[in-house]
Amino acid sequence: MKGYNIIVESLKKEGVDTIFGYPGGAIMAIDDALMDEKEIHYILARHEQGATHEADGYARATGKVGVVLATSGPGATNTITGIATAYMDSVPLVVLTGQVPTTLIGNDAFQEADTVGISRPCTKHNFLVKDVTELARTIKEAFYIAKSGKPGPVLIDLPKDVILGESRFVYPKNVKLSGYNPTTKGNPHQIEKVTKALLESKKPLLYIGGGAISSNASGQIAQLANRLQIPVFVTLMGQGAFDPESELFLGMAGMHGTYSSNMAIQNCDFLFSLGARFDDRITGKLDEFAARAKIAHIDVDPVSIGKNVITEYPIVGDLKNVLDQILEVMERIAEPVDFYKSKYKKWLETVNRWKTEHRLDYKKNPDVIKPQQAISCLSDILAGKNPIIAVGVGQHQMWAPQYMKLSRPRSFLTSGGLGTMGYGLPAAIGAQTAYKDRIVVDIDGDGSFQMNIQELATIVQEKLKLKIMIINNRYLGMVRQWQNLFFNNRYAHTDMTFQPDFVKVADAYGIEAGRVSKPDELNKAIRTMVEYDGAYLLDVIVDRLENVYPMVPSGAPLDRMILV
Amino acid sequence: MRIRLSVLVNNEYGVLSRVANLFAARGYNIESLNVAPTHDEGVSRMTIVVEGEKEIVEQIEKQLNRMVNCLKVINLNDQPAVERELVLIKMHTNDTNRAEILRITDIFRGNIVDLSPESYTIAISGDSGKINAVISLLRSFGIKEIARTGLAALTRELKTN
Repeated sequence: MKGYNIIVESLKKEGVDTIFGYPGGAIMAIDDALMDEKEIHYILARHEQGATHEADGYARATGKVGVVLATSGPGATNTITGIATAYMDSVPLVVLTGQVPTTLIGNDAFQEADTVGISRPCTKHNFLVKDVTELARTIKEAFYIAKSGKPGPVLIDLPKDVILGESRFVYPKNVKLSGYNPTTKGNPHQIEKVTKALLESKKPLLYIGGGAISSNASGQIAQLANRLQIPVFVTLMGQGAFDPESELFLGMAGMHGTYSSNMAIQNCDFLFSLGARFDDRITGKLDEFAARAKIAHIDVDPVSIGKNVITEYPIVGDLKNVLDQILEVMERIAEPVDFYKSKYKKWLETVNRWKTEHRLDYKKNPDVIKPQQAISCLSDILAGKNPIIAVGVGQHQMWAPQYMKLSRPRSFLTSGGLGTMGYGLPAAIGAQTAYKDRIVVDIDGDGSFQMNIQELATIVQEKLKLKIMIINNRYLGMVRQWQNLFFNNRYAHTDMTFQPDFVKVADAYGIEAGRVSKPDELNKAIRTMVEYDGAYLLDVIVDRLENVYPMVPSGAPLDRMILV
Repeated sequence: MRIRLSVLVNNEYGVLSRVANLFAARGYNIESLNVAPTHDEGVSRMTIVVEGEKEIVEQIEKQLNRMVNCLKVINLNDQPAVERELVLIKMHTNDTNRAEILRITDIFRGNIVDLSPESYTIAISGDSGKINAVISLLRSFGIKEIARTGLAALTRELKTN
């Protein structure tokens, strides 16, 4: 069998139904083989970065591995931002890149780049396939590595002569990697210890991160929180892992977190991190972070444990499995629910007082739409519709989790770790590809949107019914906010007053669009977008100078928030 | 502090670069690095000596453990180990210094492995302290060139103090 056929057959064995890509000289034989393939749908992006974010959005929304196909040289280098984005947020991807023939590698051949060298620090693992006989095994290993343990992107570099080579096709049944054995179950002794400590604590708090989503553990988390009646906060990456309507829910913590979450962190005596990694945007000033608390941390990645904070109870393992183990121990040793209801009553009252003292809020203005107002309005209109929301990076990325009620895991797509502007639109495309009938909205900034604006063509080509809601303030708003607070209002290079007419841009691509700038027309405009049977872009002109609050200034402790 | 790590890895391309990058990304300079296959051809042992903060190196150890083609990481600071280095030293020689150079070589149980009318090449093995000592003693006679293998080490079987 030819190399390109081996690749396609291997992908089918892995259950791949969608590939995001862009053709080129080094890989065109694979494109050719895919052309008549019925089981795999090829989605033609308009830039390899777009293709990579699309595969990433697909992976986050479905839990499956996202697959990218790009050519050598610039095709491969264009995927790097997308790969680094997926790496930081532990998203499983397999990226197939073309390479010049093995005989030419290192010769500065046309469209040659050292792709394995460039991608090494931002992939979980990568391969250069030097012989066609290694193709099938390499693909098998790549998928296994991408989705097991702490998920992540894996790149396979495919020289042209390997793609065109000939070998017998045998897809291996098993993977043998002696140096790679991710821990899946928690150490029973540690499980016993941490459960006891949790039950003995007086002011416990659950800290939910992206690991809760990737290990599908939200059911177990709800069980744990409800069983003990203890409060819960989420990180940006943990959005959707806990019911926002629950009285135990405090919202998001950290730099733009809620008052109640941040106060709860600073005052709890037991902080239980479930798949979160104590990122600097969560902790604020490290020395004063959760200073009164003992810290327990479940993580599939031992590197994340004890990296930033001293951890009394470290547990390595897959979150879902470990929580099952903890719930099992709890059934054996815990008191009945009523016991904890009264035990934690005071603590919950305190936390709820913080909630009511300082709710997320903003001042409405009859003349101009507030960005928060637009997102709130969208949230109300989408209630009960099980939407998927993707965002870019910046102010709107913070307002979205603050004001959208996200009740399901895998429904919020954001570049949390790397903070990649331009992520929202392609990520939304990837999610919509997997779920044609769900409503997918890219809430974007005018800056972020322009960074991958070319992907509008992909929407049209794929006939997706994607919605794009631009929170348009004609500034790079988050940087402008920092300039406002810390740089004496000198708005260096953040004023984006010149911008294209987004409605006309959408029109040029054949996408329906509208614009709204008056608060009393907002609801109707969003409703029109949501109800339109097809792709729709809504340009929401908002207050240019609105800031995101609360805000913990960079490097300050969490309880020193600027509130409004 | 000076940290010595012994790392077993798959004997494959790219592994060295991956390992080295964990140090390079933090701006750490690897002081010495010795890599060669073990009795199992598919497995290489790296012995790495690096100056760095203990906590950061612990972090690097964890990251090494996480690497797909890394099999085992041993921190040699934590346990007794036998350590050896081999050095080749090419000396400028003349009628007045040959005898003294030879004597120092003997004291350090080295051998002359190559000679010419104007030079000796000496091979000496030992721990890093011994190698440093012999280099400093020979320096005044005129060293032409040096090649050091860097540290190679194995943990001791009997863990007596």
